[in-house]
Amino acid sequence: MSWTAELAERWPEMWPELWLGTLDTLYMVLWATVVTLLAGLPLGVLLVTTDRGGLTPAPAVRAVLGAIVNVGRSLPFIVLMVAVLSLTRLLTGTTLGPTAAIVPLSIGAIPFFARLVETSLREVDRGVIEAAHAMGARKITIVGRVLLPEALPGLIAGLVMTVVALISYSAMAGAIGGGGLGDIAIRQGYQRFDEYYLWATVILLVLIVQAAQSLGDLLIRRLSRR
Amino acid sequence: MIDAVGLRKVYRLKKREVVALDGVDLHVRQGEVFGVVGQSGAGKSTLLRCVNLLERPTAGTVRVDGDEVTALRGRRLREARRGIGMVHQHFALLSSRTVAGNVAFPLEIAGVGAAERRRRVAELLDLVGLSDKARAYPAQLSGGQKQRVGIARALAPRPKVLLSDEATSALDPATTTSILELLRELNRELGLTILLITHEMDVIKRICDSAAIMESGHFTESGRVLDLLATPGSRLARSLFPLPATEAPDTVALTYTHASDEPLMSELTRRFDVDVNVLGGAVEDVAGRSVGRLNVQVRGANRAAALDYLSGKGLLVEEVTAR
Repeated sequence: MSWTAELAERWPEMWPELWLGTLDTLYMVLWATVVTLLAGLPLGVLLVTTDRGGLTPAPAVRAVLGAIVNVGRSLPFIVLMVAVLSLTRLLTGTTLGPTAAIVPLSIGAIPFFARLVETSLREVDRGVIEAAHAMGARKITIVGRVLLPEALPGLIAGLVMTVVALISYSAMAGAIGGGGLGDIAIRQGYQRFDEYYLWATVILLVLIVQAAQSLGDLLIRRLSRR
Repeated sequence: MIDAVGLRKVYRLKKREVVALDGVDLHVRQGEVFGVVGQSGAGKSTLLRCVNLLERPTAGTVRVDGDEVTALRGRRLREARRGIGMVHQHFALLSSRTVAGNVAFPLEIAGVGAAERRRRVAELLDLVGLSDKARAYPAQLSGGQKQRVGIARALAPRPKVLLSDEATSALDPATTTSILELLRELNRELGLTILLITHEMDVIKRICDSAAIMESGHFTESGRVLDLLATPGSRLARSLFPLPATEAPDTVALTYTHASDEPLMSELTRRFDVDVNVLGGAVEDVAGRSVGRLNVQVRGANRAAALDYLSGKGLLVEEVTAR
């Protein structure tokens, strides 16, 4: 029997577990995305505004924030997960399961997203910021009505990259008991040598990434006015 | 309307200090168009930015309509800035907003209600001739159209003065003409005081009532354009009306800032018995007046008396070549 036919035949039997795994993955990624957005966006804004020549220059603050982000960016995710285990237990009461995985996923993605936010905000034309100053705009108005709207397509592109990274991180989280598709791939595919489970999770992960990317691209196309 | 006294701006770089403004006094009268012309790096841009405090001068004071803006900070400064419109060389439009949204932006900042904003935006777009582009985005506009949006936006909060930062420098000649005409029109019809900086002498010639030449941080000449044209040795006059160099002996450069009804040249030959030979020159409209500059060869025994006669008729007479 061919490989595809075999996969198709095994599919109904594997599906209940795969479906639950997919839901767990989406649950982890979704909540981690929300936390990352809420923390990473302000962090990215601060990285830009506290910089020299920014809206509110504060070299010391900027140096500290930059260092924190760099530490977060340089830790391999698998190491970071283990390193924050006690924080995870403190916040969620457990270190196992999808809810627990949201903690390391968010911590890993926040610095990543913050740097992407920083890069997009830096692309905003300085002349437009100066024009807003000349109109008598407050700094908070400049952030909210000039910087963020002007950078929106770039911010969405950054968010999509972050979601894709989170999907890949979430598979790693599965390796230490985070649940989701990664967990299934490790247990069924790696430890029990069931290659069909492995291929099925790969297909599902690719589909999820593809869907996230397409949705993001669509949004960017709609919002881009340049 | 704008009075700057003793303006100095010093930038501290790592090791050295750069003096961008070195004691500038600027007086712009209510309702006039004042042009500051100079090479890049002369300090024009810094001067303009000191008027709305985008740059805070190191020393000196700036008053706009009687208010000392250099004494203001925080909220009071932001309010004062709403009374000073600014037009930018590269337009500085929000790419994420429509034309109408861009014009509405300063009104949002000033806290104007939505209904009033809509009314004012429609009025302004009509004024700059872009009513049909209200829903377009800046990326869909030509350079001239973008600058019209920039002007409409600057006028939205009904400013007392308009600062123009090389508004036409990024535009082609035909578009430059239409934008300069628009600025002139706004100046005449709304009584808007305009302070502009430019590196093009032509802009001074076409729309300015007064002008200053700026060089390494200070004014080398400043005053009404017509007065400057009648000032011996004025660099502005020479730049506005470049006369071809001539080797012809006994040549004088004649400048007149009001056309004469009298046939001066024939009068000259008749009364003083001199030979008059026009070598070259130009006549143009400057600040609403017909101004001419001519190179004329005047030869004969009574040459000195003839030239005195011309001076007496209000012409500026400058010797060009040795006799």
